[in-house]
Amino acid sequence: MSDYNFAYLDEQTKRMIRRAILKGIAIPGYQVPFASREMPMPYGWGTGGVQVTAACLTPEDTLKVIDQGADDTTNAVSIRKFFEKTAEIAVTEKTGDATVIQTRHRIPEEPLGEGQILVYQVPIPEPLRFLEPRETETRKMHALEEYGLMHVKLYEDIARHGHIATSYAYPVKVEGRYVMDPSPIPKFDNPKMEMAAIQLFGAGREQRIYAVPPYTKVVSLDFEDHPFDPSKADHPCDLCGAEHTYLDEVIIDDAGGRMFVCSDTDYCAGRQAKGHRGRLSPTEEAAQ
Amino acid sequence: MDMQSLSGGFATPPQDSSRAFRAALETLARPGTIHDISGAKAPAPVSEAAATLILTLCDPETPLYLAGAHDTPDIRDWVAFHIGAPLVGPEQAMFALGAWEALSPITVFPIGTPEYPDRSTTLIVEMDTLNQDGMRLSGPGIKDSAMLALPDLAPFQMNAGLFPLGLDFYFTAGTRLAGLPRTTNVSDLMEAN
Ligand SMILES: [Zn+2]
Repeated sequence: MSDYNFAYLDEQTKRMIRRAILKGIAIPGYQVPFASREMPMPYGWGTGGVQVTAACLTPEDTLKVIDQGADDTTNAVSIRKFFEKTAEIAVTEKTGDATVIQTRHRIPEEPLGEGQILVYQVPIPEPLRFLEPRETETRKMHALEEYGLMHVKLYEDIARHGHIATSYAYPVKVEGRYVMDPSPIPKFDNPKMEMAAIQLFGAGREQRIYAVPPYTKVVSLDFEDHPFDPSKADHPCDLCGAEHTYLDEVIIDDAGGRMFVCSDTDYCAGRQAKGHRGRLSPTEEAAQ
Repeated sequence: MDMQSLSGGFATPPQDSSRAFRAALETLARPGTIHDISGAKAPAPVSEAAATLILTLCDPETPLYLAGAHDTPDIRDWVAFHIGAPLVGPEQAMFALGAWEALSPITVFPIGTPEYPDRSTTLIVEMDTLNQDGMRLSGPGIKDSAMLALPDLAPFQMNAGLFPLGLDFYFTAGTRLAGLPRTTNVSDLMEAN
């Protein structure tokens, strides 16, 4: 027997986290306080998400971990290895094969289904924090549905820039009640949050867990004369030709040459494997 | 304390409780679905599903109310040995276990506060059977609509009307489990027609 418990956390801690997750599911978008534990990794590495994942994993699960859409960053690899070691679960880079996906900053392009759980790593769970630093006050604002200041902030964007400049962590209203921070995903991903999978959010340093059940209404805040725009770059992916995905800009040479590629590496590789090609794809002969 | 009170825990607690939690998560996140949940056995009349659920979610930090026929010396001993949850009245309960009649009227349980709506009771309602018929359910977790036989109608409608405050429910029968969060709207098909 190993010297740590299944999925690292002790059973009492898991029970406490599990209770918080269930209350989160029962009250979509509401931030449930929980007693975050020290994890063997720094806070910036998503200890909130790691604790939620640890509380959810069963021995039969297959885990995928992504960071900005990629499975192979240091952060993603470390978390995946951590759970391979402590929970002895299967891991994958294929979105469709995963039962639990822990993510930082992206929602996979491939639609998620029933039987899947998406766990977000959250740095700042409170969408009202930049308007009001005091926890006691933001809690009151949520209790009274006092979200006017939030709209004022977004409207100031419009006054200054002609459009809403917020492009990450764009606030949403869940099931017509709580305003929620979707974590620093691009607003391009916001419309995907109405999905068939369970979405769980963990903030380690701030000790909050919240959730969006499947098929729950998630509406990005906007105005009648300035409706929400998920904004998509006007290029296709240079590797797979996709015109419907979120792209990363990559510098490819010293002369400042650039290419645009899907940030979701598994999705892009899947399309290339099916024969889709982009502007900078290797030619058929070179690929063989 | 008899031998029955000392037995009936999980064979492999971390793995068994992880599977039980996933059943609890899936059923609460998808009202109207029914999942199997097993691994713990408490003295009668506690179902295996209910025993497994309280063993998974309760501990010394969660005051528990045993209602009616579920409040026996054997069951109290089992809870004391396996869970350690303080036994309390309904007004202090974080979890409550019993048949619907014994738990009613449910207006006595805490429904949370506007600032902390999570500080509310989760009721575990023991049923003879669980069936996907009877009441029509809609709301978060449900694609269009779902069906679940509930022991009552008006109390669940009133509870949903309290949102974001309110109680959350599990229904247990044998090794089967269903969930009903406060967000679920419940209607009677007969009335609707
Ligand atoms: Zn691509």
